[in-house]
Amino acid sequence: MNMMVNLKINGQDVSVPEGSTILDAAREVGINIPTLCYLKDINEIGACRMCLVEVKGARGLQAACVYPVSEGLEVFTNSEKARKARRMTLELILSNHEKKCLTCIRNKNCELQNLAEELGVDTLSFEGENIHYEIDDESTSLIRDNNKCILCRRCIGACDNQQISVISCVNRGFSTEIGAAFNKSMADVGCIYCGQCIVSCPVGALYEKSSIPQVQNAIDTEGKHVVVQTAPAVRAALGEEFGLPIGTPVTGKMVAALRRLGFDKVFDTDTAADVTIMEEGTEFIERFTKQEKLPLITSCSPGWVKFCEHYYPEFLDNLSTAKSPMEIFGAIIKSYYAEKSGIDKKDIYSVAIMPCTSKKFEAARPEHSTSGAQDIDASLTTRELARMIKQAGIDFANLPDEEFDQPFGEATGAGVIFGTTGGVMEAAIRTVYEILEKKPLDDLNVTAVRGLEGVKEATLKIAGKDVKVAVVHGTKNARTILEKVKAGEKYDFIEIMACPGGCINGGGQPIVDSKTQATVDVKALRAKALYTEDERATLRKSHENPYVEMLYKEYFGEPCSHKAHELLHTHYQKRSKF
Amino acid sequence: MEKMTVLPFNGTKEQEAELKAVIENHKNMEGAAIPVLHKAQEIYGYLPLEVQEMIAEGLNVPLAEIYGIVTFYAQFSLYPKGKYQIAVCMGTACYVKGSGDILEKIKEKLGIEVGQCTPDGKYSIDATRCIGACGLAPVLTVNDEVFGRLTVDDVDDILKKYE
Repeated sequence: MNMMVNLKINGQDVSVPEGSTILDAAREVGINIPTLCYLKDINEIGACRMCLVEVKGARGLQAACVYPVSEGLEVFTNSEKARKARRMTLELILSNHEKKCLTCIRNKNCELQNLAEELGVDTLSFEGENIHYEIDDESTSLIRDNNKCILCRRCIGACDNQQISVISCVNRGFSTEIGAAFNKSMADVGCIYCGQCIVSCPVGALYEKSSIPQVQNAIDTEGKHVVVQTAPAVRAALGEEFGLPIGTPVTGKMVAALRRLGFDKVFDTDTAADVTIMEEGTEFIERFTKQEKLPLITSCSPGWVKFCEHYYPEFLDNLSTAKSPMEIFGAIIKSYYAEKSGIDKKDIYSVAIMPCTSKKFEAARPEHSTSGAQDIDASLTTRELARMIKQAGIDFANLPDEEFDQPFGEATGAGVIFGTTGGVMEAAIRTVYEILEKKPLDDLNVTAVRGLEGVKEATLKIAGKDVKVAVVHGTKNARTILEKVKAGEKYDFIEIMACPGGCINGGGQPIVDSKTQATVDVKALRAKALYTEDERATLRKSHENPYVEMLYKEYFGEPCSHKAHELLHTHYQKRSKF
Repeated sequence: MEKMTVLPFNGTKEQEAELKAVIENHKNMEGAAIPVLHKAQEIYGYLPLEVQEMIAEGLNVPLAEIYGIVTFYAQFSLYPKGKYQIAVCMGTACYVKGSGDILEKIKEKLGIEVGQCTPDGKYSIDATRCIGACGLAPVLTVNDEVFGRLTVDDVDDILKKYE
């Protein structure tokens, strides 16, 4: 138990644990101190000076976000001196900010814009020099626009937290900008496109490369059969874009919205996740029986796969060769589905809605073109889908719940939990256990691999043998576990997701402002939405999905068959570290 | 984005061995990047991509961070010095007598910025503080030779001497 510290904020008594900051203490009693560069656990550097407060006895104003409380401290957050200083700071930040708010991607969802409103900035006293920066839009996934950047360094904090660190502060003083070494594009460095920088950015300096025009064009083209699939994590967060509370599952409304947007078929990526489990589970059983190429490491997360290719190529043989659910679906749609529905695969336009910016890179990989063209024509983020819904004038919150289209609309609970850390492992365990034990698993909730701890380990007894599994999320933790493997620790099966918390917290998800991130456990709430859907599902094991059974019976034969290998498996390549 | 002139990297095996030894001596030391960068600049004369990569790899520090340090401190240079090092004095006396215009003219003629080197390795430009020749203002030097009481029109003739 931490020692409690008593202090006064604006004359109000507050008692908070030792080690808290003035900002924490103020929030405890509902006093709002504006912040801008502060992002809890990611960027706590007191650089922007927006949170200045008066502290009795201290010289000058102090940054509340980094000032530790002490017994008897007296703080004034709303004094004239503090207000004036904050306003001046904000005006100076605005003086060389590209103020094209109306056409900015973050219009109405911008922390800088909000601050200008909250602090009552009604005139701008200064018009500073605006250096013009080239926009970096060369990568498949991320766009960096330094004209909008306010140098808060939250993106650097996010990139460092992932232990990728491809961006840093470059140059000095007024020439300071955020960039990669030698001003290289994100396309030419070891960026994994996880997009954690995007969801950390308070303004419009970072965003995904949009494919909305291409998708809209396909929908508008006569004769194009436009198919869409949605990843599990999307349904757990899309509602936030329309004012629904964090953690509200909106599966039915999302399906209804997609239909109203004009997609010809609305499928569930979770069905393909069930196929992934069949392939990956079989692969695991094979490798485990032969005791070769262990540990098997999951390959659903494109950010993690790219990370492995850049930074740990020695583990490429350990990666499951099974494609990600998105690409499995992509291959099935342009093969089995095209044949079965009598549509020429050239007329099919295949769209995926993903919580992810790295999926755009995965979709563009040349190896994912089993159909002769890219299997996935466009991968949109959750945010892009929300934009399309808004632009189409759809009243999302009042939509009726609708069901996915068949045959790929039926998924098990196992497929649903793919969207959160531990979900792929849990889904795999449910299937692998029953195949090896030849009897039903008593408790389907494999709680040992759930939760938001960075590295989770468990040893399971399956068919008389110990199976040692590990689950990690965030590439920082990926490094931890891989270094352990290199040091000789033995694991059989490891699940790795690139984003902290897994796909629910992906770089393509709705952006949550800094204050909400500090006060609400966004990851846990979104994950809960998925676990609830799993609990409610009638089928909770991938191998029991009737459509998956049908798919193998009619088309693939059995998991890891020759045909399955052709369409559902892939390969990886070493990439440069720099 | 600042335009970058790139010279082919001509590091020798000896230089590489020397840098590797420096890195080895600083491994696992906190704050090793800056002393290693100093040594690297002593060895190579400047800090090109290839050298920064070796340091990043050797010290296990992200390349972006190394580059951030190099671009933060004026002491570090991304470019080698040219065969002819042109230094234009920006001291007060020279500046009020028009050395700024002279510098602009040289930059324009050579197509490089202050601190950079032409791709053929021939010329580099520096803007210096007062060199103490105020009586001759505005002044520039090329290697050890001093040129004083200049006008913009003198630039062509000076550069011609060093072709």
